[in-house]
Amino acid sequence: MTSSLPWGAMARLVGRRLLFAAPILLVVTFGVFAIAAASPFDPVKAYAGTAALGADAGTLERLRENLGVDEPFASRWWNWLTSALSGDLGQSAVMRQPVAQVIAERLVWSTLLCAVAFAVAVLAGTALGVLAARRPGSALDRVVTSLAYALEAAPVFWLALLAIWFFALQWGVLPAGGLTDTASEQVTPGQVATHLVLPAGVLAVSQLPWFTLYVRQGVGDALAEDPVRGARARGLSERTVLLGHALRSGLLPVLTLIGSRVPELITGALLVESVFGWPGIAAATVEAATAVDFPLLAALTTLATAAVLLGNLLADLLYGLFDPRVKFSDM
Amino acid sequence: MTCESPSRPTWRSYGTDRRSTRTVRVRLSAVLVTAAVLAVLLVPPLVRLDQQAVDLGARLLPPNWSHPFGTDDLGRDLLLRCVYGLRVSLLVGVVAAFTATVIGTVVGATAGALGGWVDRGVMRVVDTFSSVPHLLLGIFIVALFRPGVWPVVVSVALTHWLSTARIVRAEVLSLRSRPYIDAAVSGGASRWRVAVRHLLPAVLPQAALAAVLMVPHAMWHESALSFLGLGLPTHTASLGTLIQGARGSLLAGQWWPTLFPGLFVIVPTLAIAGLAGAWRERINPRRRSELML
Repeated sequence: MTSSLPWGAMARLVGRRLLFAAPILLVVTFGVFAIAAASPFDPVKAYAGTAALGADAGTLERLRENLGVDEPFASRWWNWLTSALSGDLGQSAVMRQPVAQVIAERLVWSTLLCAVAFAVAVLAGTALGVLAARRPGSALDRVVTSLAYALEAAPVFWLALLAIWFFALQWGVLPAGGLTDTASEQVTPGQVATHLVLPAGVLAVSQLPWFTLYVRQGVGDALAEDPVRGARARGLSERTVLLGHALRSGLLPVLTLIGSRVPELITGALLVESVFGWPGIAAATVEAATAVDFPLLAALTTLATAAVLLGNLLADLLYGLFDPRVKFSDM
Repeated sequence: MTCESPSRPTWRSYGTDRRSTRTVRVRLSAVLVTAAVLAVLLVPPLVRLDQQAVDLGARLLPPNWSHPFGTDDLGRDLLLRCVYGLRVSLLVGVVAAFTATVIGTVVGATAGALGGWVDRGVMRVVDTFSSVPHLLLGIFIVALFRPGVWPVVVSVALTHWLSTARIVRAEVLSLRSRPYIDAAVSGGASRWRVAVRHLLPAVLPQAALAAVLMVPHAMWHESALSFLGLGLPTHTASLGTLIQGARGSLLAGQWWPTLFPGLFVIVPTLAIAGLAGAWRERINPRRRSELML
């Protein structure tokens, strides 16, 4: 299989997508600056904080000049863009660090959380979906489907709070938040693992319904089609029919859509990281928004957009690889 | 696994004998939606109780006969607080969903009907908007324009019109190639007349369905923003504000101030989705029931 991968066509698709992504990212950053310019938010007051209340007009005026607030937003955007391209994303007021350093320190924790949660959601979602599809209308199917709909409707922050209440307070088996115990000086893998269970579990549960319902639909459809009927007629075992035939054809459309789940994953991470105090990039976004830390907020919005575009590219690549009817050159 | 009983073959096609379950589900959804709407409309004028009434003697009572949902840390009745919270959340959800549907329908219909570079340009804008995660864009807008109800409504509306625009555009594109539109055009009907007399009536049911399905989504969005402390101001408590406010009690072990506002988000969401699912099967009978949310 490896030798037959269409590397050239895939590389051309990646190149084309990058060409499209650049203008989208430009427009998004421009939009971020335009919205900020239209808002009542005053960067000078945010910068000076409570000191602005007692400062005289001359000081504020000089500060205004230093910060370049009086320039039109388009030129501020251009300044931000050029320095961002050279690696300087500005200074985060709320974290008291350069924005690039905030991202570098926190990205790894968010990636860990999202990767673990996503893997659990895909595996558990597939298993539940297959179980439900095996006997449509059975008690198991109804339980799984109803549970999936209820979880899909449940706010993820509410699930997170109930999980804290149950696992950390009532049962006392897992820590309620943070990355390590407060007493612990160092970040050890064991500490991180126990602190990861609840946030990753809740994030996985919030992503689970989508996989379960789609796999159930896909496998259910496949079970009613001719290849499965043929396999049953040949006397293959139910296990082979289910896993070898129905799951294979039912799972593919779901797998190819995985990349397009990035926005939902980011949304879930925003809420889960905030509830659990997980020191990731999504929690930093909420803190940046609460304190209107514009440089950090602008950088994180751009980063999230890039992640979504990357996810879409991944979805297209998987789709083209797994579905032989689709040509990369047509996408 | 091999001993299947002959009366229940596993390859039986989907959804043939579930008619009755479906009817029950639709009726239950209808009852719940009606109950929720009646509650938020009638309870405030009819029940002359102050939802903000503080009773420090009755702090954090677990659910009991006089307070079915218990009381919060200031002794306020949680059932009443939840109904008022649902009222605020539902109002924000309906206004935001309506605004988003109007924007989406106008944009989608314009793109589909005019075609050419307008269509390409509009769809590029839609693509750009959808590459920013919705909640993140909402957080960004609300953070800069808060506090207040309007930033929340605007941010939810601005992030939710995209799917409606796509649906309406696709519908208009498929209508444009139908013979009766050709007949109207060759009969001398103006562009405006074709749009108003033929395209709009065909598109409206789809747009209305999208609007109804959007209400729970918008509610969810609003409660997430309020929960993060960026949404509605605390004196207009929505369900998200209630859950946020209950965090202290939860850490002290009281589960009811957190549990019930969450159920007030889930139950209306499922009921609206159940009703909309039945409606979709009626207007798109060929498309088998898909995922509802």
